[in-house]
Amino acid sequence: MPQQGPSWDLVADIQLLLQFHFMQNAFIAGTLVALLAGAAGYFVVLRGQSFAAHMLSQVGFPGAAAGVLLHVSPVLGLIVFCLAAALGIGWAGRDLDAGHRAESAAVGSILAFSLGLGLLFFRLYAGSAAGIYSFLFGTILGISDRDVQLTLAVAVLSFAALALIGRPLVFATVDPDVAEARGVNVQMLSIGFLVVLAFAVAITVQIVGTLLIFALLVAPGASALQLTARPGRALALSVALSLAFTWLGLALAYFTDLPVGFFITSLAFAAYVLIRAAKGAAAVRGGKLRFREPSFATPN
Amino acid sequence: MRDEVGLVDKKPDGRATAAVFDRAAVRLGGKVVWRDVSFEVAGGEFVAILGPNGAGKSTLLKALLGIVPLTAGSVKVFGQPVRRGNDEVGYLPQRRRFDPDLRIRAIDLVRMGLDGGQWGVPLPSKSKQERVEEMVALVGATGYAQRPVGELSGGEQQRILIAQALVSGARMLMLDEPLESLDLNNQQAISNLIRGICQRQGVTVLLVAHDVNPILPFVDRVVYVAGGQVVCGKPADVIRTETLTRLYGAPVEVLTTSDGRLVVVGQHEPVSYHADH
Repeated sequence: MPQQGPSWDLVADIQLLLQFHFMQNAFIAGTLVALLAGAAGYFVVLRGQSFAAHMLSQVGFPGAAAGVLLHVSPVLGLIVFCLAAALGIGWAGRDLDAGHRAESAAVGSILAFSLGLGLLFFRLYAGSAAGIYSFLFGTILGISDRDVQLTLAVAVLSFAALALIGRPLVFATVDPDVAEARGVNVQMLSIGFLVVLAFAVAITVQIVGTLLIFALLVAPGASALQLTARPGRALALSVALSLAFTWLGLALAYFTDLPVGFFITSLAFAAYVLIRAAKGAAAVRGGKLRFREPSFATPN
Repeated sequence: MRDEVGLVDKKPDGRATAAVFDRAAVRLGGKVVWRDVSFEVAGGEFVAILGPNGAGKSTLLKALLGIVPLTAGSVKVFGQPVRRGNDEVGYLPQRRRFDPDLRIRAIDLVRMGLDGGQWGVPLPSKSKQERVEEMVALVGATGYAQRPVGELSGGEQQRILIAQALVSGARMLMLDEPLESLDLNNQQAISNLIRGICQRQGVTVLLVAHDVNPILPFVDRVVYVAGGQVVCGKPADVIRTETLTRLYGAPVEVLTTSDGRLVVVGQHEPVSYHADH
């Protein structure tokens, strides 16, 4: 795929990266995805909803396949299926989020069924494994201009929604009883966030695929929350990490011709392990005092 | 800090009425929790809400907060019909501890009491920040307010939550079992803190408790909930064998231990409160 390998000349490397239209699309979509996934990921981790994110992505898989089968955008199919699943989870209540107890068996069955359904749709369409592969593990090749436009619209809308509901959502997450007494509609916020999460999942699947969604939607938020307990900073850090993983992952995939999903997940995993290890070492060395929040007199 | 007397109807003794229940009733899931409940709380009073498990003590607070609707009668707070989101009312729900892994600073939690329910991105505000710090200092939590709330001890978390409940300018503080799961030292410290807020800030306190003994010395009045009924009065008048037997509709005995603690016992089992329910 690339004519030349990367050099130490960063400008030349970037020109090399973006010389093809498909890579431009991959970077535009990837950037939008990283911004939204990083922001939504902060709330996912704070709310302990990683499992819901995973569930949405798997239910989205047959949606993508249906989109391909019906000759509409696969992203559109993803959005429709993820939205339906989000409203379903919202309807069923909070019990599903934790993913344990009796529901886990039912949820597992639904997830397996949705993957099977996706398999059928892809088979009906082309009978090739390439489409399935890219939606399970992500791709940098297949993002069309129309998908980029759709991604832009989804990202802008979801970002606006997050900016609007973010503050009461944190309140409702951390302290639901008090939030309710203070006039916050905790249940509507919960459903509202699941809808935003459905959008975030739908566009994130394009880059990292159904099975590797954690890399962008959970890992950056988890790493950020390890580093700071300040909501604003953690949110910004989560977005920054998500952007870094995506850009680096796309570049590495382009120059090595290895799957982008592998690089993004590896970067996300490495960052998380490093941060945990550093925190652990600091706790041992400094009697748990280092890496704690610095106590400035004027916070915020 | 704050005017003791608000712009509400005054009682003959000059104190404002903080809360009024008038023939109020609540039904939850088809079952009457309590009915024909009538009592008043004067501004600045320290009121303990007592009674056995499941009698509807928490429901009494939730009715005052506007979370649980009445099926009959009325309830007013500072002369106004109850509503959620009233800045004059602070609330500490019954809870277990915060998740130790919860990564949000204690001071952020206090700030939520001020504007956590509003839409949109919070902008930095010096006046709000100062208000938050003032409340943190009031409850003596300045030393650990920057730490993640999950890392704090039970007593420290309670102080933070009291600051959160007061930060919006609350003149009434409702606490649901705030001393539960605290060790004796912290029970003492937290009840002293609440008493100080009641006396010095003129904040009306309604406190749901299993055990009246840690707060008995400074309770003005007791609201005793049992058998779908409520009796209200001075501790010595309410926590008596005759009153409680009538309320429970079954023989109940109030014993006083040698150190002045009150223990309520039924025929077969302790009906209500010991130090560790």
